[in-house]
Amino acid sequence: MELTTVWFLIVGVLLVGYFILDGFDFGVGMALPFLGKDNVDRRVIINTIGPVWDLNETWLIVAGACLFAAFPEWYATMFSGFYLALLLILVALILRGVSFEFRHQGKGVQWTRWFDQFIFWGSLLPPLLWGTAFANLIQGVPIEPLEGGGWIFTGTLLTLLNPYGLLGGLTLLLLCFTHGLVFIALKTEGDIRVRARSLATKVGLITLVVAAAFLVWTVVQHLGDENALLVIVLAGLAAVSLVAGILFNLRAREGWAFTFNTLTIAFALLAIFMALFPYVMISSTDPAYSMTIEGAASSQMTLELMTWVAVFTLPLVLAYQAWTYWVFRKRISRTHIPSDELVGAH
Amino acid sequence: MNEFLDALTLARWQFGLTTLYHFLFVPLTIGLALLVAILQTAWVRTGKVKYLRLTKLYGKIFLINFAMGVVTGIVQEFQFGMNWSNYSRFVGDIFGAPLAMEGLIAFFFEATFIGLWIFGWDRLPKKIHLLTIWFVWIGSAASAYFILAANAFMQNPVGYQLNEERGRAELTDIGAVLMNPVALTQFPHTLFASLMFAATVMVAVAAWHLSRNQFVDEMRTSLRFGMWANIVGFAGVSLTGHSLGLVMTETQPMKMAAAEALYENATGADASFSIFSLGTPDGLHEIFSVRIPYLLSFLSTNTFNGTVEGINNLQAEYTELYCGAAGTNLTCPTDGSFTPIIWVTYWAFRWMIGLGALATLVSVVGLWITRKNRSVPQWAWKVAVWTAPLPMLASLVGWIFTEMGRQPWIVFGVMTTESAVSPGVPGWAVLVSLIVFTVVYGALAVVEFKLIVKAAQAGPPEIDTTDRAGEGGGNVDHTQLATVY
Repeated sequence: MELTTVWFLIVGVLLVGYFILDGFDFGVGMALPFLGKDNVDRRVIINTIGPVWDLNETWLIVAGACLFAAFPEWYATMFSGFYLALLLILVALILRGVSFEFRHQGKGVQWTRWFDQFIFWGSLLPPLLWGTAFANLIQGVPIEPLEGGGWIFTGTLLTLLNPYGLLGGLTLLLLCFTHGLVFIALKTEGDIRVRARSLATKVGLITLVVAAAFLVWTVVQHLGDENALLVIVLAGLAAVSLVAGILFNLRAREGWAFTFNTLTIAFALLAIFMALFPYVMISSTDPAYSMTIEGAASSQMTLELMTWVAVFTLPLVLAYQAWTYWVFRKRISRTHIPSDELVGAH
Repeated sequence: MNEFLDALTLARWQFGLTTLYHFLFVPLTIGLALLVAILQTAWVRTGKVKYLRLTKLYGKIFLINFAMGVVTGIVQEFQFGMNWSNYSRFVGDIFGAPLAMEGLIAFFFEATFIGLWIFGWDRLPKKIHLLTIWFVWIGSAASAYFILAANAFMQNPVGYQLNEERGRAELTDIGAVLMNPVALTQFPHTLFASLMFAATVMVAVAAWHLSRNQFVDEMRTSLRFGMWANIVGFAGVSLTGHSLGLVMTETQPMKMAAAEALYENATGADASFSIFSLGTPDGLHEIFSVRIPYLLSFLSTNTFNGTVEGINNLQAEYTELYCGAAGTNLTCPTDGSFTPIIWVTYWAFRWMIGLGALATLVSVVGLWITRKNRSVPQWAWKVAVWTAPLPMLASLVGWIFTEMGRQPWIVFGVMTTESAVSPGVPGWAVLVSLIVFTVVYGALAVVEFKLIVKAAQAGPPEIDTTDRAGEGGGNVDHTQLATVY
């Protein structure tokens, strides 16, 4: 396999890793107003991701840096082209991140409420916007090559807001929401666990309808491609996993439900990557202007170097991150949160 | 074009503001991680509760600060692509590699172990838990190394060749990129500066409590530890700063000339260093100055009779080199000027040295007047509290100097800043982005500052020393959760 293809896959795997891991963080954040009846509930919910949200978010930083190193043309064109969407994602991620830390540090109910709002919107916007961006990547965006090298995005800041793009955004948002609800059920005890499971079933069914519509639309658009079969298989696997996840959740098998939701996100994103292959950005202006993997890639030397770095570090990264999840494997319940009066006395 | 909507100017302002803002948190994170790791080691080795209480106090300040460092760091990575897409595509082949290595090798490591440290107090064996904070420090320092290696490529590009066909620079030697002399000197310089920053924060917290006569035992330890750390930091900063000056003179003579506002070549005694100078408004003629002869020669060449090149000479040399026959539209600035903004570089260089030295002076005097439990006047405590921002400001003006002193280049001798900006992004979009970041960052700075002050004023927390072995061992520690989310 060409090194450029290997790196297309590595970037894909990093992004899949990001949406699986930060995906449930987003879902947990979105669940806050739905499941958090009082502040103790909300603290239970936030503490399910307490030790891990930060390292999960790191996957985005690493995926971004690898995209920069392996496909500078792609990174440059997409990031400057999708300007407004990325600006919103950045603001959302900033507000969400600091809110986990800041919400309990101030005085008064209003303070906490503000930061809970930030957590909710900061968790809802990124998957919506990323989903919209990815859907647009495979649908095609107005780009054209520049003289002297590089591509330019000729659309406006609102180009991404089209029906297919928005459906993609809604799909990723709902996938993350379901994923997060099941994660809460998996990590908590008592009443909140039951409520999380029941909401996960309802949201899961809505997700199934929306995701099916998006995947069918995607498959129809790519029927003529050479990878059509692979895209169909992956989209089908995503749908089957989602159904399996809902069924296991119904039977209160949270571990299995979580596993299948993880697979759903992985298959859905891989389907998108295969629909994109062998391009990284498809031009809606003229198919001939599309950016291929080869055209976007770094030199052979950089790719070789980065391959060695990835081969040595990624297994290690997976090992110590798995260990972290093992250390924090215990469920959390209301009894683990001291009453607010107690906190005030500290 | 409307000046307010010039994408280049706005993108530069955004990069400057967001980078300086990010760098408020980074050095405090790197410096405090080390100090907290040392305190926790002292606790594990001696079993004295005061070290544990200090670990918890400064650990809390460290955490409030760390969250901000992480979220503002994502902006740094993304804005290369958003505002500087020409730069990203032109040098991504080389510049992207250290960034990706930073993520894969250092940042994953740091982010994972910080979670284990914060939440792992009662879930990990004591010594393993101690190891996690040392890993956090190692990860943060390694992170800094890769980022500085990327920055060093912009100051002194090495290990690359131009690919005419692809219209970009490509990597030829990663060893050269990672062993760039600028990176090798900038790295310890940054680490020692971070140590000074964290140390003065520690001194200020201690002084605030000691002036109120509370937590005396812990805070005296904190005070003297912080002062020593500050002095060690300053010694390191000075030595590495001198090496950095020599490397800079060799690789970017214009920056050294701009640091001294030296217009004509000067040798020996004439290569003097002005501590202060007053010029005509156009900056070309000097009215008054206080000078130390030979010092500029020493700073630039490590000898007292060296020759330092002046701005006028370099301007002519660069015009020939980069706008002449071999020059391209990437290397020749539209206004033809290769000179940075002199008043910025001149004063930034002096403030960097002056503020750092002042903070250390406070530490040296402080160690003397607090020896053997002597009573200390209230005004002295106030001075110590107000020393806290000095090394932070010194770090900021240091970066202003090093980045503004590189102008008009984004990559010295290879690409001008004006040719690096995103071609397709309209000025108003960058303006919106600049306003959004200014507002969000401004509001968060206020919150962050208040939280750090609040945590610092609360003092070292009480440690529950009762034996909780009977409560079912491995269960979640209630008090610990309370101090987290």
